[in-house]
Amino acid sequence: MEEVITAPKILVFSTEKISDPAIDLAGLLKKHYPPTVYTINIPCSSAVKSRWVLHAFEAGFDGVFIAADGTDCAYSETCTERTGELVKKTHELMKDRNIDPIRLKMAAICSVCSEPFVKHMKNFVAALSN
Amino acid sequence: MKKRIGVYICQCGSNISDYVDVEKVNEIVAREQAVALSKITMFACADSAQNEIIEDIEKQKLDAIVVASCSPKLHLFTFRNVAQRAGLNPYNYIQVNLREQCSWAHSDNPPKATEKAIKLVMAGIERAKYSQALAPISIPSVNSVVVVGAGIGGMRAAIELADMGSEVFLLEREYFVGGRSSQWNELFTTNETGREVISRLYKTIMEYNNITLFTGAEIESKSGSVGNFDIKVKIKPRHVKPDCKLDWDKFKKAVEVCPVEFDDPFNFGLTKQKAIYKNFPSEFPEIPAIDVEHCTKCMKCSDICSDIDLNQKEEVLNLNAGSILLTTGASPYEPKEGEFGYKKIDNVITLQQLKRLIELRPDVLTYHNKKIQNVAFIYCVGSRQVDGENRYCSRYCCTSAIHTAIMLKENYKKINNFHFTRGVRTYGKQEILYNKSSKQGDIFFQSFDDSPTEVISVNGQTIVKIKDILTTDKELEVVADLVVLVTGMVPRQNNSINKILKVPIGRDKFYNEIHPKLRPVETVIDGVLIAGSCQAPLNITESVKSALSASSKVNSLISKGEIELEPTLAEIDDESCTWCDKCQSVCPYNAIDIKEEEGKSIAVIIESNCKGCGICLPVCPSNSIQLIGYSDVEIESMIDVLAC
Repeated sequence: MEEVITAPKILVFSTEKISDPAIDLAGLLKKHYPPTVYTINIPCSSAVKSRWVLHAFEAGFDGVFIAADGTDCAYSETCTERTGELVKKTHELMKDRNIDPIRLKMAAICSVCSEPFVKHMKNFVAALSN
Repeated sequence: MKKRIGVYICQCGSNISDYVDVEKVNEIVAREQAVALSKITMFACADSAQNEIIEDIEKQKLDAIVVASCSPKLHLFTFRNVAQRAGLNPYNYIQVNLREQCSWAHSDNPPKATEKAIKLVMAGIERAKYSQALAPISIPSVNSVVVVGAGIGGMRAAIELADMGSEVFLLEREYFVGGRSSQWNELFTTNETGREVISRLYKTIMEYNNITLFTGAEIESKSGSVGNFDIKVKIKPRHVKPDCKLDWDKFKKAVEVCPVEFDDPFNFGLTKQKAIYKNFPSEFPEIPAIDVEHCTKCMKCSDICSDIDLNQKEEVLNLNAGSILLTTGASPYEPKEGEFGYKKIDNVITLQQLKRLIELRPDVLTYHNKKIQNVAFIYCVGSRQVDGENRYCSRYCCTSAIHTAIMLKENYKKINNFHFTRGVRTYGKQEILYNKSSKQGDIFFQSFDDSPTEVISVNGQTIVKIKDILTTDKELEVVADLVVLVTGMVPRQNNSINKILKVPIGRDKFYNEIHPKLRPVETVIDGVLIAGSCQAPLNITESVKSALSASSKVNSLISKGEIELEPTLAEIDDESCTWCDKCQSVCPYNAIDIKEEEGKSIAVIIESNCKGCGICLPVCPSNSIQLIGYSDVEIESMIDVLAC
């Protein structure tokens, strides 16, 4: 029987004011990325709980990508630092559960970064496929 | 938990249904236990569809609704209003983004787009199940606005906003106001010159105490958000004292002694400019300026004119505004070297250069000392490009070329105009000009995209060739004394402001509105609006209309003194909280305090300070904080559905 190969599933945490508009823009410009990428938007990337990320892996996601506000964050100047800290903490928790930390990625995606977002998604899917 | 959810799957005409099998999505989601009804609609936003949803909510006693359509940035409030009109709390409405993040993003793979659509709608249903009835929160808003760009659109918007009672800070990057329009002579339909219009607007602005104009000004940084932006503005020194009473003779002498000379941007390189300059006597503000980028500070001008102060320094101002309106305009397309002979054949110029040439040569039209008789206009240069980046029509250029051709015939003797078009688009009243130019004897040719007009130089003569579809594909030639490239509009090249504001840019590289018809002057950045030709190629009338529209929108946003925000607040679980102060230490808004309850210390949210950012969520070691609308149960139930 032929084996069905499916692309890795990625959960993206986007932010309503910054990175989600960039993901919308990618669609508007018909810049295609793998359809196994799913987005949940939240107010700020510093709000992502480690338990949500771990829950995503337990539920069957292959990768989690935090499309961070970076320095554009309207809420806090320390957003980059805070998001970095939560990623670091989650990486540790992933190691404890034998989940490869490579499966959680974070990058700043500004409101016009449609092209970088698509590139990140393609690269992440490729990395997880390997 | 909600148990009677209504689901509406929008086809968005065919924007969604061309790539997503909406029948299949509907069939699957209808099986969900909590779904009381599921329907497909052609346009969920249409009045008839909205009324149908209201009727369903009332008759079917729905306790939540999900609309799977476009981005929530576009219609979130439309459907919240629908819910409210039907007596349902607006926060029991969930929008699923099936267009931008599914059908368009995966238009290359419809089966997979359909699979994804099913999961997205199911996730929306999960979110709706846990949705709570909420009321919006209000934050104070400053009734002041920063208008960026003092062209006709920006000036008109500033006046309108000031008239409605807002404090207006009008910023212009150049030393003089007016933008591109100051370069144009007579305008259609009023026959006023660009300068006359600007002069009138400037004088009106000066009458308003609540408009402050800054020239040589650029935004350096922005912080805060809608209702309360803190904006740092960098002001370039003008190097002329602000209280200078201009002595025109002294100024002319100062210009004469200035040793710096460069291509004059005002005349598109047809003349030279000095470092000290004022483009024309009635240019505003009245006092001249010294171009700091070119000035060598030789002090020769200051020896003549005591009002010149080369020691002036750059200033930085802090402005507080509730909203920002961008009216930064556009630039003419600069043809590439060799494009229709540009910069290769010496009598090929752009339409903008011709307009300046007419003013510089009022008696006899000459170019490179040669009298001009035959003028060939080549249309759609830099617009409607088949292979290039600019696929769009610049809309204003057909009219502008024909208007200029009429001026040529009226101002000079024995001019013959030949128009090499790709179809003339003089819409609306502009058709009057087309009719007039035809009657005055102008000759129009037309070619298709696959057979463009050619410009060649043969034995010192410039020949324009076309395969003319109006004369059944006859190959025709005109020997031209002057070839005028009718160039389109492109976005401003030096767009440093967008590195700060991050307004989305569309395929045409102009700023992108949320929706061209429904929210035409708003951007996805709350409180940042756009108007005029920074958004799309527009003529002056259209730019002003757009500026007025944006002014109304800004006014409705900030004039009430408060802005309604999402009721997204953090909530503390009193039972599990043991007060460790970590949440308080990361909160940027001092929205978390400590309280004593039943003999223990716990955190308490100060609702008036909480902005709902959620920064406190991941630092809590006992997971005692939930964000309304983003609780663990909502997020994790969505994850479960999306992962399966």
